[in-house]
Amino acid sequence: MRVGGSRRILLPLALVILVGGFAYLSYGGVGDNLVYFLTPAELLAKGPSVYDRPVRLGGVVVPNSVEWNADALDLRFGLTDGLKTVMVHAHGAPPQMFRGNIGVVVEGKYDQSGVFESHNLMVKHSNEYHPPKPGEKPSDVYKTLVRDGGS
Amino acid sequence: MCVLAILLGVWGARRGHEGVIRGAYSAVYANAALMSLAVAAMLTALLTHDFSVKYVEQVGSRSTPTMYTIASLWGALEGSILFWGWVLSLYAAAVIFSNRHRAGALVPYAASTLMAIAVFFGVLLVGAASPFGLVSPVPADGPGPNPLLQNHPLMAVHPPLLYLGYVGMSVPFAFAVGAMLSGELEDDAWIVLTRRWTMVAWGFLSAAIIAGMWWSYEVLGWGGYWAWDPVENASFMPWLTATAFLHSVMLQQRRGMLKLWNMCLVVSTFVLTILGTFLTRSGILSSVHAFTQGAIGYYFLAFIAAVLLFSLVLIAGQCGRLRAEGNLDAVISRESVFLLNNLLFAAFTFTVVLGTLFPLVAEALRGVKVSVGAPFFNSMTLPMGMALIFLAGVGPALPWKRASREELRAQFVPPAIAFAAVLALSIALGVRDPYTALTFAFAAFALAANVREIWSGMRVRIRARGEPAPLALARLIGSNRHRYGGYVAHIGIIVVVVGIAASTTFRSEAEETLRPGGSMTIRGVSVRLDRVWGQEQSQRFVVGADVSLLEHGRVVGTLTPRQNFYPTSEQPVPTPSVRSRADADVYINLMAFDERGESATLRVLIEPLVSWIWLGGAIVVFGAGIAAWPRRSRLRAQAPVGAIARDPTPPRVPVGASAVVAHRAQAADLTGAD
Repeated sequence: MRVGGSRRILLPLALVILVGGFAYLSYGGVGDNLVYFLTPAELLAKGPSVYDRPVRLGGVVVPNSVEWNADALDLRFGLTDGLKTVMVHAHGAPPQMFRGNIGVVVEGKYDQSGVFESHNLMVKHSNEYHPPKPGEKPSDVYKTLVRDGGS
Repeated sequence: MCVLAILLGVWGARRGHEGVIRGAYSAVYANAALMSLAVAAMLTALLTHDFSVKYVEQVGSRSTPTMYTIASLWGALEGSILFWGWVLSLYAAAVIFSNRHRAGALVPYAASTLMAIAVFFGVLLVGAASPFGLVSPVPADGPGPNPLLQNHPLMAVHPPLLYLGYVGMSVPFAFAVGAMLSGELEDDAWIVLTRRWTMVAWGFLSAAIIAGMWWSYEVLGWGGYWAWDPVENASFMPWLTATAFLHSVMLQQRRGMLKLWNMCLVVSTFVLTILGTFLTRSGILSSVHAFTQGAIGYYFLAFIAAVLLFSLVLIAGQCGRLRAEGNLDAVISRESVFLLNNLLFAAFTFTVVLGTLFPLVAEALRGVKVSVGAPFFNSMTLPMGMALIFLAGVGPALPWKRASREELRAQFVPPAIAFAAVLALSIALGVRDPYTALTFAFAAFALAANVREIWSGMRVRIRARGEPAPLALARLIGSNRHRYGGYVAHIGIIVVVVGIAASTTFRSEAEETLRPGGSMTIRGVSVRLDRVWGQEQSQRFVVGADVSLLEHGRVVGTLTPRQNFYPTSEQPVPTPSVRSRADADVYINLMAFDERGESATLRVLIEPLVSWIWLGGAIVVFGAGIAAWPRRSRLRAQAPVGAIARDPTPPRVPVGASAVVAHRAQAADLTGAD
């Protein structure tokens, strides 16, 4: 392939068009796949526009709202940000430490029936460690965790 | 010490003064020695639990096992910066030592560049990320490292590999800058050196990525190994550009093409490693607003800006001398495959960068918290990945310059047969997903092409010299390490891709709550819960479930998924248990348990061919090792082509198309070309 005078301009031009088209495509791709991080109040404020859109919903588990059926692996609980509460439905075992008043993030979709169908439940990572108090042993912590875990 | 080295290096290079350059080199060695001393001091402090040192107070704990205490050296921000600086100082010393007799200004300038990077990390170490601060009053014990990081031995392997890969990419950058500053661009020395060191760093980076996937698989408990998490992407982006460079550099060496492009790839690889460190270490990923809490982010941004500006000015200044000498001879040639390969790698990198940085931009500009879902990455990168695998088969099969019709037929018929056979087989066996079936078929195509290249070279040697097969293979690879190391790496990548495709498409999972003695069945494997137990260990409390695997009523294995409770963590850290075999992994995670041991909820996954990913990774690293290994005799590489005439048995030239190919292959081997 001889690269002549006119080709010298054509080649970069073709490249620019290619790259531009690709950039536009991927920008659209990002837009379609954005997962919004919302709180229950923000979710409800959005109205029908969030139905069946992927969302990450963050909040605190409402105490005494947890219904867990171990045999059917069916989990329901209320998630609140202090302003509004959204009912969440998930399939599968909750994390061991799952209980009232802990922060969780659920990933899924909000549907018209007013229930958030979660396919992924994460307990909020806390990267702050507190050194064990004097006299405190891991097993003690474990026991308290298990005692609270029932709710 | 670094500043001294820079000044001496630049001054010496300018004047061409031998003694000053020697002084600069000594400063580089001294820097390596001092950094080693600092690391040794920190390690001693960690191992002796000297809680008066700030870093030890943050990550140390008397109850942590020794191995994880050593690993905590790179587990948190300050330690990892120290470790980075140390690895950089060692690389610099190695570069200088292996090139200490080379004349010219290239190496002194490269040394200065490396030391300039070292100065940046030095500033971080004494300023924003100082690990050696003193604490008073001295606490009796520390919290220990992050529980996630003390849960698996791979944590002791993955970060050092990653740093060796990351930091290694500064060496090619240093040579590129050195070549531009010294003006020794026409001389091939810098590109040869850059290629070798990129290969070294690339090998480490590949190993690190695979080890990271493995760690994530063995520890995180969700059964996957790659989530397009920004931290993962951070290691993947420089890998992509480095891979692109390793291919396009051949065009520059052989044909004098793409000089400007290669320079850009070297620079962007380096910038992406710094960007990756910035992303993972500044806390910016959790939120743009978290960023303002630590000053370290601003240092990184300033450094990235400085590197980019400096490189752009240099490249712009040398633009005229980075013009291509050669041109494409034919559309169907190895050159054009390399061009396409680079275009795809660039697009791939762009996609990953866009997906990784988009949330930051969105939060900064529009104030919304978003993340880019895995579907975006998958849908964008899957076609590109498939095309790249296809090209990995086309490239080695195509000759340089121009291909004749016979050559093409001889080269492409066997891979095409492999392609068609595997495609038909996949569909016959019930692979319904077209992408997966095509991925297998492309993989077969590329595998056939690469194996054929090695095989035909071997056959020529066996016929021409009567060498036995294993010796012929060893000598063949030895005759052109770059080329055959590359083919081995291709084969490794193909194995990895097949493992990824099979394990994502054909995985099945089930989750059930079982009582002791109860069992569940998934894909012919029965999983029986035997017992739930608890055990107190020095640093944690462990709850485990004994599980038996049964096939046709016979026990074929036992697994013990566990949950570990650390005093410093609100939630338990799971340890999934995996039975790994060549055909499929059985992966069991303990999701929940009854505190009286009366039941346990197990999540069981069957994932076919996952172990192929780790095996393929090992092959890739082996291939990189072959390619990067220094030549035993430099004389041979530099000998004129005529020297091969001493060979007593000239190659017999058989008749027909395949002979042309075989002859070409051997001629290329003997001249040491790619």
